[in-house]
Amino acid sequence: MGTSQVRVRSSTREADAPSTGRRRRQDHPATFLVPALVVLVVFYFVPTVLNFVYAFTDWSSFKSAINYVGADNFISLFSNGTLLSDLRTTLIFAILVAIFQNLFGLVLALLLEKDTRVNRAARVAFFIPVMMSALAVGYIFQALLKPDGALNAILGFVSGHAVSTAWLGSTTWTIVVVSLIQAWKWMGLAMLIYLAGLKTISEDVLEAARLDGANWWETLRRIRLPLLAPAVTFNVATALLGSMNGFDTVQASTKGGPGGTTELLNIFIFRTFGQGLFAQATTMSLALFVMVALLAFPVIRVLRRREEVL
Amino acid sequence: MSIFESPARSGHQRAVRRLAQPAATIGLVAILLGVPFWLVIVTASKNQAEALNPNLALPSHWQLFQNFAEVLNQGRMVPAFFGSLLILVPSVAGVLILGSMAAWVFGRRAGKRVAAGYALAISGIVLPPAVVMIVLLLKEIGLEGTPLGMIGVYMGMYLSTVIFFVTGFVRTIPRELEEAARVDGASPARVFFSVILPLLGPTLATATILISLFIWNDVFYALFVIGGRLDTLPLNLYQVASAGLYLNNWQSIFAYIILMTLPLLVVFMVMQRRIISGITSGAVK
Repeated sequence: MGTSQVRVRSSTREADAPSTGRRRRQDHPATFLVPALVVLVVFYFVPTVLNFVYAFTDWSSFKSAINYVGADNFISLFSNGTLLSDLRTTLIFAILVAIFQNLFGLVLALLLEKDTRVNRAARVAFFIPVMMSALAVGYIFQALLKPDGALNAILGFVSGHAVSTAWLGSTTWTIVVVSLIQAWKWMGLAMLIYLAGLKTISEDVLEAARLDGANWWETLRRIRLPLLAPAVTFNVATALLGSMNGFDTVQASTKGGPGGTTELLNIFIFRTFGQGLFAQATTMSLALFVMVALLAFPVIRVLRRREEVL
Repeated sequence: MSIFESPARSGHQRAVRRLAQPAATIGLVAILLGVPFWLVIVTASKNQAEALNPNLALPSHWQLFQNFAEVLNQGRMVPAFFGSLLILVPSVAGVLILGSMAAWVFGRRAGKRVAAGYALAISGIVLPPAVVMIVLLLKEIGLEGTPLGMIGVYMGMYLSTVIFFVTGFVRTIPRELEEAARVDGASPARVFFSVILPLLGPTLATATILISLFIWNDVFYALFVIGGRLDTLPLNLYQVASAGLYLNNWQSIFAYIILMTLPLLVVFMVMQRRIISGITSGAVK
C-alpha cells in the first residue's frame, strides 16, 4: 500500500512536469555549477587535454621554440626501456600496496573489533601513520632499514648473530619493501573502513551461524568476508589507483633506486622535469594517465560485479 | 575426578584466551608502531655524532629541545608552517563551498547533460592530474609559483571528491525541506545557504579532514608548482633532508618530523572520535 501511494504521487508529479519544469530548473539554477566548473576546467581539464598535445613536442628548457615531433618521445622512451620498466614498476608497486594494505587493514580490523579500552587506543595509534607526512614516513624507514640500522639490530639480537641485510639495496626485493612502507602508512585507513564494514553486519546473522555450529573461521569465511564486499571494493580500488600516483614514500626512502628498480612514473616525471626535459616528463605523465584510465574502469566494474554476485 | 578438573581447565583456557587478544594487540602496536616511533624520538634527542647512525639506543645525553630549537632557528620552519596554512585554508574552504554548490544542482536535477557533467566532474577522483602541463598553464596565466596558483591546483584536484560525496548526500535530503523555504519566497541562493548547507555538516566535516590531510602533507604537486618560491612544511622538510648541509643530520630530520607532526597529532587527539566516525560513515554505504 505504501508503494502504491508513492507511485500515485510520482505519477502526478510527472503529469505536472510540463507546467512546472521551468520553475523546477530555476529552483536549482545551473549558475551554481559555474564556479566549480570554471576551476575544474582551468586547473584540471585544460592541463589534461594539453598533456595529449605537448607529449608530441620537443618542449624543453634548452631551446625557446616548441616543435611538433610526432611520437618521437614515446619511441625514445620505449626504445631505451624506461617507459615499460617504469610502467611495470608502478603497476607492481600498486598491486603489492593494494594487497598488503588490505591484508594488514583486515587483520587489524578483526583483531581490534571489540570495543575494549585497549582496542580503542590501538585504533587511534594505527591512525597516526595515516596522518603523518608520507615524506616523513619515507625518511623514518630509510633510517630504520639501513644495513647497520635498527631493524637489522633487532633481527641480530633475536637470531643471535649479526644481520646486515640492505633492505633498500636489492634490485629484486626493494620494490616489495617500499610497497610494505606505503602499506604501513595507509593500513590504519583500511582498518577503519573494514571496522565500519564489520559494524554493519547484523548480529542476528552471526548469532544464527553460531547456533548452527559455525566456528569463528567459518563465520568469517562464509558470512563476514562476503558481507564486507563494499568495504573491500572501496579499499582495493583506492589503494590500487591511489598508489599508481605514488611518490613521497618511495622518493624519501630510495629515490627510485637501486638501479632504477623502484622508479615510479611520478619519480621519473619529477626527475626529468628537474633536468629541464619537459616533453619527456609530459610523455610519462600521459602514460600514467592512460594506464590509470584503462585500469580504473575495469577494476571498479569487476569489484562491483563481485559485490552483486555475493 | 575429571568432573572436577574440566571446569577448572576451561576456566583457565578462557582466561588465557581473554588475555591473548590484548596481549597480541599490545605486541603488534609495540612492533609495528613502537619501533619506528621510538627510533624517531631517541634519534631526535641525540647529538650529531651519536645520531650519525640512527639506532634504538638511548642518547647518552638527552637534547631533544635543543634540537627542536636548532631546527626552528636554522630551518625556515615557522614561515613554512604559515605557508602551509596559507595554502590549506583557502583551498579547503574553496572546494567545500564550490563543491557543495555544484553537488546540490547535480543531486537535484536530472537529464543527460547534467549526468554527463557529473561524470566529468567526478572523473578527477581516480584520474591523475597532468602535473607538468599544470606548470605550463600557470606560467601562461601568470600564476606560476604563486599561492593562488597552488590553491587553484589543489581545488581542481579535490573538487571531484567533494562533489562525489556531497551529491550522494544531497540525494538523501527530502525535497520537502527545500519546498517549505521556497513557499516562503526564498531564492535559490537562500535555500542553498540556509537550508541545504547546514544539513551538509557531517559530510563536509569528513571531506575537510581527508582533504586537509592530503593538502597538508602533499609534496609532489607543491614541488612542481611552488617549489623554491614559497615554503610549506613538507617542501621545507624535503629541502632539510636533501640539502648537503644536513646530510646525515638525522637528529635534525627527526626533530623536524616530530615538530611537523605534533600540531596534527593534537588536532587528532582532540577530535579523534569525530574523525574516526566521520571517515567510516562516509566510505561504506
